[in-house]
Amino acid sequence: MSFSWFVALRYLRTDISQTALVLAAVSVGVTVIVFLSALITGLQTSLIDKTLGSQAHVTLTVREELPRALVEERDGVAILSSLQKGPQRLRSIDGWPQLLGVAEATPGVIAASAAITGAGFAEYATAKRPIMVRGVEPERFVRIIDLEKRLVRGRFDLAGSNVVIGSKLAADLGVGVGDKLRIVTSEGRVDVVVVAGVFELGNLAVDGTWMLTTIRQAQSLFALPGGATTIELKVGEVFEAEQVAREVERRTELSAESWMEKNAELLSGLSAQSSSKTMIQFFVVVAVALGIASVLIVSVVQKSREIGILRAVGTPRRRVLEVFLLQGGLLGALGSVIGCALGTLFSRLFEGVALDPSGKPRFPVQVDAQLLLGASAIAIGVGLLAALLPARRASRLDPATAIRNG
Amino acid sequence: MAETDAVLRVEALTKDYDGRVLTRVLKGIDLELGRGEFAAMMGPSGSGKSTLLNVIGLLDRPTTGSVYIEGVDTTKLDEAGLTALRGRRLGFIFQFHHLLPAFTALENVLMPAWGSGHRPTREDERRAEELLDRVGLAERRNYRSTDLSGGQQQRVAIARALVHQPALVLADEPTGNLDSESAEEVFGLMRRFHAELGTSFLIVTHDERIASRCDRRIDLVDGRITSDAPSGAP
Repeated sequence: MSFSWFVALRYLRTDISQTALVLAAVSVGVTVIVFLSALITGLQTSLIDKTLGSQAHVTLTVREELPRALVEERDGVAILSSLQKGPQRLRSIDGWPQLLGVAEATPGVIAASAAITGAGFAEYATAKRPIMVRGVEPERFVRIIDLEKRLVRGRFDLAGSNVVIGSKLAADLGVGVGDKLRIVTSEGRVDVVVVAGVFELGNLAVDGTWMLTTIRQAQSLFALPGGATTIELKVGEVFEAEQVAREVERRTELSAESWMEKNAELLSGLSAQSSSKTMIQFFVVVAVALGIASVLIVSVVQKSREIGILRAVGTPRRRVLEVFLLQGGLLGALGSVIGCALGTLFSRLFEGVALDPSGKPRFPVQVDAQLLLGASAIAIGVGLLAALLPARRASRLDPATAIRNG
Repeated sequence: MAETDAVLRVEALTKDYDGRVLTRVLKGIDLELGRGEFAAMMGPSGSGKSTLLNVIGLLDRPTTGSVYIEGVDTTKLDEAGLTALRGRRLGFIFQFHHLLPAFTALENVLMPAWGSGHRPTREDERRAEELLDRVGLAERRNYRSTDLSGGQQQRVAIARALVHQPALVLADEPTGNLDSESAEEVFGLMRRFHAELGTSFLIVTHDERIASRCDRRIDLVDGRITSDAPSGAP
């Protein structure tokens, strides 16, 4: 063991009560950092998961119909015109099978599925509810939204006149698996379908209105033979959805909307949450640094005569500097070990306390290696940095004065 | 520079302290100490003897003049050079023994070897243990220094001053803080090591009895050497 390590460790061990106090401070600091990060990250991940659980990352639709002026402007002629936007019809995407291929081939896109989305009513006995009819290609659709995992009753089976509906809708209508529903679409078509399964995506609007059927069936329900009104995409990196949307828009000349646009409010909320987390952590770090620095400064003052002796018997300044830097670094390192353990423990405890009515954790509190290593690196760095001032002071003590005055 | 066998040579040394008023503490000191000398320096308090010892011990720099340690002009050395020279060629014994309380007797003795960079070798350890044995503390080598009496601590300090085989040991009132029995023991040890190892000693004291038993006596009054002569044989 080198001299500096030897002396640093011995000092930490000899002044055990001081060491314990600083260590407690560092540990609490690291605990707060780890726990807060785990909590916020877990909360955000779960919010995003919930949001993305019921919607595609990018949705492609036909561009809005804009009215054209029939009278063209000519030089020297002033034309007064007032154009009123017409009502938007449910329109099919022209050549959607090709465009589906183009979208699927765009870098960043990992799955694509065409669908028809339209409005209607579902009736069962005396109950009548507005619904969102979603005609999908089942094998492709499950790659966008994993419905099979979210089924609470029945099967994900759209064969024949089978449909799958949201849990809230099922409850509102009072239907179960096997029951027959009468549906009326916005195009005035009427059909009778059989409930094959009930899903729950955790989004009230979706669970209360969605009825899934095949795209073929939807084509006839909405009088769009061979058509599709939307192409839905899943991307590899959820936070790159916006860039991917712009690229797909360029390639397909369709209108692309990413989940980030649809949920701008959620995202700005998350980012505000992240900044307050960073702020709290920053002040915790400052408090820990001040704690380490103040104890080491006291220690340098207490030991100035000893430092003088060390210098007198030939210890170079650099080595005295090392002794105190090491103490700071070691306090940071030890504190981060304890803090990481406590932070992980609290995260687990919290997960066990914050339960939803069904007894499952409300959201996972995410403690991972990256977080623990990051928090440890911060603690060690702060320890070294906080020790810099006292260490410099120690190394610059004048040995003659230090020995004489203690 | 003439080649001499001087362990220490001080030439025209002055030292000012720049406090609220400029005070000249040392007013022109010339001094030479040969290899194997055992000298006492006496003087009333305020005579500048501690200042002179600090400058000779390379803990402080002179205002003008030079200090040579074994022919090396220390005014030409930087801070690191002074530290290294101190660690290799000088030994220190202080009045208040000044061991490091967090360390054992043996670790304290090894401190000069350790602090100057290299790990203590087997040889260093063997030598430290032998020195502790010779100051009569072999079985207390693993005691914390705070668990030793004043006299015992000063004996450890003597071993520490000698572990790296310095050319010159500087002692600042080494017996000043001890009862007469311990003082006798400590002085006896210094004389014995001087005889056995041939190390030079310069002892600052205000104890007539100690001074009279050194080979040479240097009197310092008001920043000047007023007399420098062999003292009566011990």
